[in-house]
Amino acid sequence: MKPESFIPLLLALMLSPLLPGVINRTKALFAGRRGPPLLQIYFDLWKLLHKGAVYSRTTTWIFRAGPMLGLAAVLTAAMLVPLGNFPALIAFPADFLLFAGLLGLMRFFTVLAALDTGSSFEGMGASREVFFSALAEPALLVALATLARQAGSYSLSTLLGQVAGGHWLHLGPVLALVMIALMIVLLAENARIPVDDPNTHLELTMIHEVMVLDHGGPDFAFIVYGAALKLWLLAALVVGMVVPATGAPGLDLALVMGGMFAVAVVVGVVESVMARLRLAMVPQLLVGAGALAAAAFLLGLK
Amino acid sequence: MNNTNIILVLVVLTNLKLLGSSRLGASIRVVAMQGVVLGLLPILAHTNELSVRFAVLAAGTIALKGIVFPWFLFRAVWEAEVTREVEPYVGYVTSLLAGVLILAVSFWMCERLPMPETLASSWLAPVAFFSIFAGLFLIVSRKRAVSQVLGFLVLENGVYAFGVGLAPHTSLLVEAGVLLDVFVAVFVMGITIFHINREFDHIETNRLNTLKD
Amino acid sequence: MILLLFIIPALAGLAAFALRSPAVRRGLLIGTALVHAALTAICWQTTPSPALGGWLALDAAGLLFLSITSGLFLVASFYAAGYLGQQANKHITDAEEGMLFDNAPEAVFIGCLLLFLATMTLVTVSQHFGLLWVAVEATTLASAPLIYFHRHHRSLEATWKYLLVCSVGIALALLACFFLGVAATPPNGEGFPLVLSDLVAKAQQLQTPWLKAACLLFFVGYGTKMGLAPLHTWLPDAHSEAPSVVSALLSGAVLNCAFLGLVRVQQVCVAAGLGAFGRDVWLLLGLVSLVVGAVFIIGQTDYKRLLAYSSVENMGIIALGVGLGSAGAFGAMLHAVNHSLAKAMLFLLSGNILARYQTKNIAQVRGLLSAAPVTGVLWVAGFLAITGTPPFGLFLSKFTILKAAIDGGRTWIVVMFLVAVGVIFIGMTTAFFGMAQGVPDKGASKLANRDRWWQIAPPAVLGLLVLWLGLAIPGPLNNVLRQIAATLGDAP
Repeated sequence: MKPESFIPLLLALMLSPLLPGVINRTKALFAGRRGPPLLQIYFDLWKLLHKGAVYSRTTTWIFRAGPMLGLAAVLTAAMLVPLGNFPALIAFPADFLLFAGLLGLMRFFTVLAALDTGSSFEGMGASREVFFSALAEPALLVALATLARQAGSYSLSTLLGQVAGGHWLHLGPVLALVMIALMIVLLAENARIPVDDPNTHLELTMIHEVMVLDHGGPDFAFIVYGAALKLWLLAALVVGMVVPATGAPGLDLALVMGGMFAVAVVVGVVESVMARLRLAMVPQLLVGAGALAAAAFLLGLK
Repeated sequence: MNNTNIILVLVVLTNLKLLGSSRLGASIRVVAMQGVVLGLLPILAHTNELSVRFAVLAAGTIALKGIVFPWFLFRAVWEAEVTREVEPYVGYVTSLLAGVLILAVSFWMCERLPMPETLASSWLAPVAFFSIFAGLFLIVSRKRAVSQVLGFLVLENGVYAFGVGLAPHTSLLVEAGVLLDVFVAVFVMGITIFHINREFDHIETNRLNTLKD
Repeated sequence: MILLLFIIPALAGLAAFALRSPAVRRGLLIGTALVHAALTAICWQTTPSPALGGWLALDAAGLLFLSITSGLFLVASFYAAGYLGQQANKHITDAEEGMLFDNAPEAVFIGCLLLFLATMTLVTVSQHFGLLWVAVEATTLASAPLIYFHRHHRSLEATWKYLLVCSVGIALALLACFFLGVAATPPNGEGFPLVLSDLVAKAQQLQTPWLKAACLLFFVGYGTKMGLAPLHTWLPDAHSEAPSVVSALLSGAVLNCAFLGLVRVQQVCVAAGLGAFGRDVWLLLGLVSLVVGAVFIIGQTDYKRLLAYSSVENMGIIALGVGLGSAGAFGAMLHAVNHSLAKAMLFLLSGNILARYQTKNIAQVRGLLSAAPVTGVLWVAGFLAITGTPPFGLFLSKFTILKAAIDGGRTWIVVMFLVAVGVIFIGMTTAFFGMAQGVPDKGASKLANRDRWWQIAPPAVLGLLVLWLGLAIPGPLNNVLRQIAATLGDAP
């Protein structure tokens, strides 16, 4: 285990709450507002961790365990994802399957906790979450499989670096398709516009927010932190595809960090210029992402 | 090489978009874009022998498929006052999945045919087949007459891409004749759509069901 | 000379759009048909020299189909002129649903009719596969407005199906042309043009997988246009809703044009040593068409649709003939000639019946023989001809094909052929004799006093021709048929 293997994990743990801050700042800029401070999520987390939690009498231990287990799952996932040229803490062939599985596990615990409340409202959100992620997951897997095939390697740590290294020249169109598919998955998995609106609190339109309404205090902090981590990890995949290794660790780090914040800015811009899709249209978008990934896979065969 | 690939990827994307799109106006624009992109194909696919013939062919294709047809179809849609496909026989999500399947089948088919070595891109034949099958799929799975014409155009685009890429020895006369035929075909179909619209107050072909055994 | 064959009707067609006087237009129609027929007759005397660098030339097959087209068109043009005179009044009550409708402008009808002739001529003289494709597609486009002559919803429906099904089918034939182009490009060498004679001469150099794929696609493409089941779906609708004279041309000439396209493909296949492969496809499509024709003829209630399905059946017989090799191909070519004449005759007569009875329903037509004796007699004669009763020509051609099947030892094909033809005979007997006999409605006998000459003479002429072909095949025709058959069978 090389010492630089800790860099991706440490950066994810420390800096992931920054990304939502950047997104919010971008949106504020578009709306002509000043917006919340960049570190707002840190303040929120600090505040939440110092509060007590209130539990409904209808809930069981599942409700309490959900946020913790979810955070545990995403933390494990964070050990698998490299950052640019810095390999991940744990790397083995086909680890991208485990990565997708851990994200699914995190979702599973969130959904269970939501269902445990017994509220029909949360049940509705859970049902939507499961439906949409069932459509987003194939897109993610096919996209990663395409990259794995092109790189000839099945571990996230090596395949991303190889793709970024030299495949863009002769496989530009294929990789562009994969990247678009991954971006759509990123937006969907993180409950962003055009799939979900993180700001809305209208009952009929929410997906992710509605599931976590009953959580408070440290539990909610876990959830918010877990969501930030998930955004960070998916963004790291996208960035890893494009940022090549330069040889100088300092420059690498700067490039990667620049890429991460660029992704956050892109998400902010998308949220600012696009409207949320009608709920019925979301499956179309996600299947479209899957179709793009599949097309990229097929084109990449030749 | 790379330019051709970009064109072909755009063709794939436009086809997928058409399969998943319900708005007729957007679909017409997508087909127009596909026409323009394909018009560039002869120039980019044969960079080493840039000739007047390819230039003329490209200009004619772009003018017809990029401008004349879309304008004509927009008029049809506008006169018929419809903007959307109504419940197609096959839903949009299913259509998209079918599109992916069709793409896979196209690649599989091209594995089995010996490809000429002079090919501009190894994607050319599969993508052409994909367009052809996607066009057929659109024709049988949509109800609006305009959608079916769009399907026909996609089908024709696929055949055209194949011809430009794989059979460069076809003469200009034949290609001009093909373009003319397609032009007249779309023209006559457009006129028929006007009449269907006037006669039935709709352009849904599933209600053209008087004649049967 | 070849160019004239094509250019004269094309120019006349364009002129017809511009002419204002109906009488002049109809004169132009008949005049052009006469000139075209005369030019065709000259072609029998002296083979015209190829034009456009060998792209246009008249070989035996082209000459045969050119003659069918030209002859039918001549006969039909007289019928059309009379028909248009009768249809001149503007608002017409629909026979089936009682609504009012208009006809398309006569200028459009005659113009398209002449362009239709021009495009069909181009099909017969094209030696280049690309040009052939352009011409076949052009026949579809030129004939679509003809089907939509009666401007009501049924004909519109038929036109839409015709346009879409045929255009899609033919687009696949274009793909087949490109496949052929790839097949004609050897892996390391210059390709050669898709002219029939070149392809046949260098057939051994063609790449087999591509040629096979092209062949199958041609079958789908031109087979659609030819009305081979299961690709025939447009055919009954278009034939039943078009004016009878157009139905006669569609059935008698257009189907043959598509058939000619497929014959060209088979010629290349035979030369390339893939004759057996092609013949299997012919046999399969032929049998399916026979069965489909038989199934839909039984219990058919609409006599124009009945005739249309009979066309499907006869195209099946023709395909079967080609699939049986050289001897069968001779019969198939003869059958194509006979079928064109007989079917055109029946469609023209169906126009007479429709005009008199105002219905296409078989059950509502009674007593044709007493209400309209001449039409009635011709109708029965046409029935005997189309079902292949001696002494009409179709008997001879069907028998030739059957004999080829027996000689080839194809027992199953013989059995299926006989069963299908028998079933069709029964189905058509019920329909035709029901219509011919019985007591006519008062309206039917009173309505039109007597059939006009233009309603009687054209079908009568066609009927006599079929009869003649049944009694003796003229020497020149026999030669031409033999020449074609020789190109379709493997060399012994």
